[in-house]
Amino acid sequence: MPTATYDKIATTTLSSANATITFSSIAASWTDLRLVFVVSSTSTATNFQVQFNSDTAANYSSTYLNGNGTAASSGKNTSATNIQFTDVTATSTTVPQMYTMDIFSYAGSTYKTALGTSSQDYNGSGSSASIVGLWRSTSAITSITLKTSGAPTFSIGTTATLYGILKA
Amino acid sequence: MATYTLISSNVLSSSAASVTFSSIPSTYTDLVLRISARDTNTGAIIGSATFTFNGSSGSLYSITKLIGDGSAASSSRRSSITSDEFYYPGANAGMSTNTFGSAEIYIPSYTASQNKPFSTFAVTENNSTTAGNSEIDAWANLYRDTAAISSIAINAYVTFAIGSSFYLYGI
Repeated sequence: MPTATYDKIATTTLSSANATITFSSIAASWTDLRLVFVVSSTSTATNFQVQFNSDTAANYSSTYLNGNGTAASSGKNTSATNIQFTDVTATSTTVPQMYTMDIFSYAGSTYKTALGTSSQDYNGSGSSASIVGLWRSTSAITSITLKTSGAPTFSIGTTATLYGILKA
Repeated sequence: MATYTLISSNVLSSSAASVTFSSIPSTYTDLVLRISARDTNTGAIIGSATFTFNGSSGSLYSITKLIGDGSAASSSRRSSITSDEFYYPGANAGMSTNTFGSAEIYIPSYTASQNKPFSTFAVTENNSTTAGNSEIDAWANLYRDTAAISSIAINAYVTFAIGSSFYLYGI
């Protein structure tokens, strides 16, 4: 019988607005992690960010490719305190958005690379983005925190699911 | 517990204008549709397949496109359209024989009683130096309906070629 390779580790659906979502005590049982979340925020002026192992130091960097429906652009954030999914100027408080992040070899002893996508279409506005992020730490990832930039919070109904992927 | 389950598949042994997945159970968290396809139309380098959910043909779909064509990156938008779409290779002389495109449509929380954001990632590579003869697409999509998705109907640009494959997974 084939070995199971794609497991749901945990899922969270917010019953009240919250500023963060955290997956903790992540076992080193898998090869890669995949994070999928469908989210809306209580404010339009926000971006969504990820931190690992509660590390708030400037150990993160990212490069993104963004399309806003009119033009494509690329940029980067260096020596940052998180991996930010995109640099859009406005999100939606009513239309949910989709984000994914694949974290490769999360339990290894090298720096951690993450590939993210941001899908925000609001029927007339929005953006699509791909992001590559780096966390300069050799520690295994045991917790992941999703947060919003600034004061806004995740709205009720926001769903986040963490999957573990095992090599074949 | 394994969570990546094949719900249904269709590998074409004869060309077909459409492929439909129906009676999709609501027992999963996300849906993933993986497609390898080519069109028989000789007029198209790259064509557009359209798809709808739950038989809905109202103006419920929208797309924000991010495209790289081997020469430049661009972004555009389609709003209030009656179907969604993805790009894949046709049978024009500029497209090498046996070249199929690959697409992944990822639909999270497909049973949630809210509008459905999802993503489309599609690629066509053709060993061509001509811009536009190959393409990479990373799109943000929205289906503005709160009902659970229980069927997906995919319509070819003209006709899907023999060997085109469609796999629907539940996660």
